[in-house]
Amino acid sequence: MNKPLSVLIWSIVASVGAIAVAVVAIRRGEPINALWLVVAATCCYALGYRFYSKFIASKILALDAMRATPAERLENGRDFLVTNKWVVFGHHFAAIAGPGPLVGPVLAAQFGYLPGTLWVLAGAVFAGCVQDFVILLFSVRRDGKSLTEMAKEEIGRVGGIVAYTAVIAILVILLAVAALIVVNALKDSPWGTFTIAMTIPIAFLMGLYLRRIRPGKVLEVSVMGFVLVLLAIWGGQWISQNPALASVFTLNAQSLALLIIGYGFAASALPVWLLLAPRDYLSTFVKLGTIGLLAVGIVALHPTLHMPALTRFVDGTGPVFAGKIFPFAFITIACGAISGFHSLISSGTTPKLIARETETRMVGYGAMMAESAVAIMAITAACVLQPGIYFAINSPAGVVGATAAKATETISNWGFPVVPADMQSLAHAVGEQTLFNRTGGAPAFAVGMAHIFSQSLGGETVMALWYHFAVMFEALFILTILDAGTRVARFMIQDALGHIYKPLGRTSWYPSILATSALIVAAWGFFLWQGVRDPLGGINSLWPLFGIANQLLATVALCVATTIIIKLHRAKYALVSLVPLAWLVAVTFTASWHKVLDSNPRVGFLAQARALANGLATPATARLVFNNRLDAVVTVILVVMVALVLLESARQWIAILTGGEAAAVKEAPFVRTRFAEEGA
Amino acid sequence: MRAMTQALRILLAALREIFDESAYARFLDRTQMKSSPAAYAAFWRERDSGSKPRPRCC
Repeated sequence: MNKPLSVLIWSIVASVGAIAVAVVAIRRGEPINALWLVVAATCCYALGYRFYSKFIASKILALDAMRATPAERLENGRDFLVTNKWVVFGHHFAAIAGPGPLVGPVLAAQFGYLPGTLWVLAGAVFAGCVQDFVILLFSVRRDGKSLTEMAKEEIGRVGGIVAYTAVIAILVILLAVAALIVVNALKDSPWGTFTIAMTIPIAFLMGLYLRRIRPGKVLEVSVMGFVLVLLAIWGGQWISQNPALASVFTLNAQSLALLIIGYGFAASALPVWLLLAPRDYLSTFVKLGTIGLLAVGIVALHPTLHMPALTRFVDGTGPVFAGKIFPFAFITIACGAISGFHSLISSGTTPKLIARETETRMVGYGAMMAESAVAIMAITAACVLQPGIYFAINSPAGVVGATAAKATETISNWGFPVVPADMQSLAHAVGEQTLFNRTGGAPAFAVGMAHIFSQSLGGETVMALWYHFAVMFEALFILTILDAGTRVARFMIQDALGHIYKPLGRTSWYPSILATSALIVAAWGFFLWQGVRDPLGGINSLWPLFGIANQLLATVALCVATTIIIKLHRAKYALVSLVPLAWLVAVTFTASWHKVLDSNPRVGFLAQARALANGLATPATARLVFNNRLDAVVTVILVVMVALVLLESARQWIAILTGGEAAAVKEAPFVRTRFAEEGA
Repeated sequence: MRAMTQALRILLAALREIFDESAYARFLDRTQMKSSPAAYAAFWRERDSGSKPRPRCC
């Protein structure tokens, strides 16, 4: 394309993007169309990819198409393999896109659509995509080493230990939060519980089919599994209408929590081909299809956003979770803007598949942009609901009141009118007994998604089917995280214990499998149990804890990135990772301060412990006090560890920049790619 | 038409990679085995014994 035309096109993209962002940011008092969000996001991503990622690729990373990647040099047909860039893109996106970008933005919608949208766009373009891209490239240049290995080599031993501990802590909290979201979506819902319960025998069936009948035909069996899941959704309606069967599948939060804990243990200890892998395939199949369908639905229907740009809850009094817009909006939305967890994927399987260094830009930066687009869809799904309905679904009974009349009165008094009849008819339309106090984000997202789908496909009569499809979609997502996360954590613990007693490190030794599975399930099960017994809904304390842990891992990843950039003698460009690092440090350390020391019992763990201790004594009081103190201790430990990494990194940066230490990076030696000769 | 065929081919290749079908094909190629329940069991034994299981993000 000639230059004047290119300048013209990009000027138009920039102008349209600026107008769309301005409309999203400035419009007040009347609803806006979701298409403004779509246009703003599309233009921001296009500009970010075309200009910012190119600047990083050429000026900082100096991507070298002539340099052989580990996929080429170490190709073994197993882990290391030269792979088509679009295939790697799909593989990477399927690994990073979980329930996080769906749930976080739904919860943060209590502040209005504006804070979440701006954070998702700016966070992704300037922080999340940068982190994923830079860590991917640095891992590619180090034979596909993991973040913990890179932290150990480039920052020091402290960096390695902290990264390892942070990963375990994040996994434990993530798994607890994920399980809690499923519990809240399925409690007292015979339809949803039946459908999700059915996915277990379906996964078994898929595993046996793959193993015995058609070995390796995964796409084929995934289609079969998907059809069976659709039948399970349809059958759930019949179950919910049959009083005898409905009572079997109507479970309270505690019962569901115990079942999920048992399920997590079984999934970790059973052979991977029997339950984990088939469910992973089924979940991925549903995930990719549904995200695509939702994107088409939003563009085709372009619904109106009823949620205001900003709500009164920016002051920290929100019912969904307590805390002011800064810092809590920025830890509530992680995966759609920046997520430390992504750095594990960028330094996991993906760098071992990259054929040429230049492809890291599209895979690392590009896949994160796609994930960010999923978060924009989640904001849209939450904000198409009437605000009163959104708050009635997402607010815990402890905040708005236990009865329908009390809850609607409280919410209406906040300026978001809703009446019990609205909620009753909506619950009826989606085939539920009630939609009050369904905290966790998943039910609100499901209602929003069902609203969008039912208006374009099938009308109001099939809204219940769409709602339960959405619940199934999220729960399947989340249970896959539970399966895989428990197993990953089990492997990490076995790896560490193997240094103490060798047989414990053997991943095929059953006593070790059972002991470490029990350990990890007990850890997240403890936090889950704490969440289901929490009078404030659990999400109020666990989601911020997860957000803090996740963003602290991103802090470690950005410390590694900045250290390597400085060692590469490109300190003048270090702001690219230093600015998001400084922002994350400000956000996570402030959030941690509030979660530990804030005097408001709804925000601070210690204040809540004090309030509980001084309040009416119940059988649960002692446990709740202990739980809050434990949450505070976990937060402090995480922050202290990351502060150590930060100090160790800063010491290195100063030493290198003042000439006190040699700037030596630990890259694999340069080898010329064979593709250069082949002209590929 | 050719571009569409190419795009569909890449999409199918991506799905086959995401769903481990390609990994299984490579395993069969590397070990000179034919697809069978025993070969698929061996494939999963090898994958499960790897020290770095694939994480799934939040």
